[in-house]
Amino acid sequence: MSAGPNVPGATPLLQARGLNKRYGRVTALDHADFDLYQGEILAVIGDNGAGKSSLIRALSGALVPDAGEIRLAGSPVAFRSPLDAQAAGIETVYQTLALSPSLSIADNMFLGRELRRAGPLGTICRMLDRKAMQRIAREKLTELGLMTVQSINQRVETLSGGQRQGVAVARAAAFGSRVVIMDEPTAALGVKESRRVLELILDVRRRGVSVVLISHNMPHVFEIADRIHIHRLGRRLTVIDPKAYTMSDAVAFMTGARAPVEVAA
Amino acid sequence: MTDIGSSRPAAQAFELVLDKGESRVAEFEVRARSPLQKLQHFLHANPTAVPAIVLLLSVAAFGFTVGSRFLSMFNLSLIIQQVTIIGVIGAAQTLIVITAGIDLSVGAIMVLCSVIMGKLAVTMGLPAPIALVAGVAAGAGCGVLNGALVTRLKLPPFIVTLGTWSIFFALNLWYSASETIRSQEVAKIAPLLQALGTPVNILGARFTYGSFFMLGLVALIWFVLNRTAFGRHLYAVGDDPDAARLSGIRTDRILFSVYVIAGVICSLGAWALIGRIGSISPQAGQTANLDSITAVVVGGASLFGGRGSIIGTLIGALIVGVFRNGLALSDVDVLWQEFAVGWLIIIAVALDQWIRKVSA
Ligand SMILES: Nc1ncnc2c1ncn2[C@@H]1O[C@H](COP(=O)(O)OP(=O)(O)O)[C@@H](O)[C@H]1O
Ligand SMILES: [Mg+2]
Repeated sequence: MSAGPNVPGATPLLQARGLNKRYGRVTALDHADFDLYQGEILAVIGDNGAGKSSLIRALSGALVPDAGEIRLAGSPVAFRSPLDAQAAGIETVYQTLALSPSLSIADNMFLGRELRRAGPLGTICRMLDRKAMQRIAREKLTELGLMTVQSINQRVETLSGGQRQGVAVARAAAFGSRVVIMDEPTAALGVKESRRVLELILDVRRRGVSVVLISHNMPHVFEIADRIHIHRLGRRLTVIDPKAYTMSDAVAFMTGARAPVEVAA
Repeated sequence: MTDIGSSRPAAQAFELVLDKGESRVAEFEVRARSPLQKLQHFLHANPTAVPAIVLLLSVAAFGFTVGSRFLSMFNLSLIIQQVTIIGVIGAAQTLIVITAGIDLSVGAIMVLCSVIMGKLAVTMGLPAPIALVAGVAAGAGCGVLNGALVTRLKLPPFIVTLGTWSIFFALNLWYSASETIRSQEVAKIAPLLQALGTPVNILGARFTYGSFFMLGLVALIWFVLNRTAFGRHLYAVGDDPDAARLSGIRTDRILFSVYVIAGVICSLGAWALIGRIGSISPQAGQTANLDSITAVVVGGASLFGGRGSIIGTLIGALIVGVFRNGLALSDVDVLWQEFAVGWLIIIAVALDQWIRKVSA
């Protein structure tokens, strides 16, 4: 079960070229490039403020870049909103989690893609199939195994930070059919819960879905990533093979202490 | 294992696993809490508990001080009649407040629509159903203006509706030429406009079609808020608009439609208003704006959005009605009714602030 997607000449599943984004005088993205191949786990690392979140927000439709091009399976796409990216099979766990605190866990899992009842109750009365949504939400959370919650109908605002992160991760993993992007998904999690998220990421890849993982946790990154995209000063500095470099090499690249010798792993 | 019947036990086993999953969690939340914190958590989880308790207490208090004049079936049903308009307009306000907005123009929309209905049907002699539909269309139009200003120009709802309140009220004075259409004329030419005032006597209680119309509207909105995706999205947009957008909700579309829906509900309120007072006056329903906000806030909704329920608003409207009615029966001057309602609002908002501080 080797990931081995790194075939030279293969068309990247998700690709970006020359993405630019400025916030006033701050340049968040400066001609950033990005390549994600089918069925791989790509880690994105970089200093705080390097533009990692801006990059993935551009890829998930949450941010419209000032310039640049994004291609999905070779065809250009222009995501105007997260809805467009979702429709293309790209799911994202945002650093801010993007949950609605006053809604329940089940409501949050299905927010924006609710299931309706079969028959006229659903088509005419627009009635939600709450039973089905609660059942599926419970299944997904149980699968993830990092949640001990009182009830699937509990409001998200009553959950701890780690539990909220679990809900967001479970939602993305459940619905991502082509790409799952996770922006620091284990930041609020303990050792055990982080493990579960790593296992979940491997699960997602096993389904043939590509994963983009932003993380500051080098041991995690080196353990599961097939390739590591190093982001620095708003652009991709290089991509390295975790088997060919050490963690200290990676940190030296991302902090600018050392320049990478050859580009593109 | 190959027969079809085996699928049923399998499903049960599966459900057993789920049950286990749920009970395992009982140990979560073992932190010790003070009684006050427990109360805070309870109120946080049950937002309509406070208004329900307040309603019961105030009915008991007036029952005790005023006696059977207050507690009679006739008087209690009268209160429901008296809160018909607040209930309908409060329903519109609830939807807006859930999205973290506020609509100061609801009262003006209602009066404008009632004048349009009256002018078309009574003065111009158009068929009453057409006048009614035109009034509803006008309400929707007012909502379109509010919604467009809020979502397209990104202006704060408070400012937008403060402005449109004046605009709609001025249009209302202009179109009506500040003249009232008398009740007898309406009854003679367009009785349909007064239909919601038709009384219904049940066991000494006296309701009107309007009371049932209001309760039906509340039930419908309860369904929309709790059983449809649109309702869930209203809460999500009010709670955290960025999170809602990232979840794939078209927040502007939701906001726009909620103002239009509120406008339509206000136009239905106009119909109920004509039924309630009989005549059609450009000066009627002046208190509807503040009363609706009072009902919503006293009913446990948060002006910060994301929290609130239509049942809460109904209870809030009833609390206001009970206070007004009970104080009036106690021969207390109207000014003290206003005094009491004012405190009611402030206490409700203070309570909401406190409940919101609940530690997760
Ligand atoms: N919405 C925003 N408004 C203004 N500046 C922003 C915004 N989002 C990001 N930035 C700036 O863009 C730069 C890159 O931020 P970000 O993409 O969040 O980096 P990272 O995720 O790598 O820490 C930072 O300097 C940040 O301050
Ligand atoms: Mg970031």
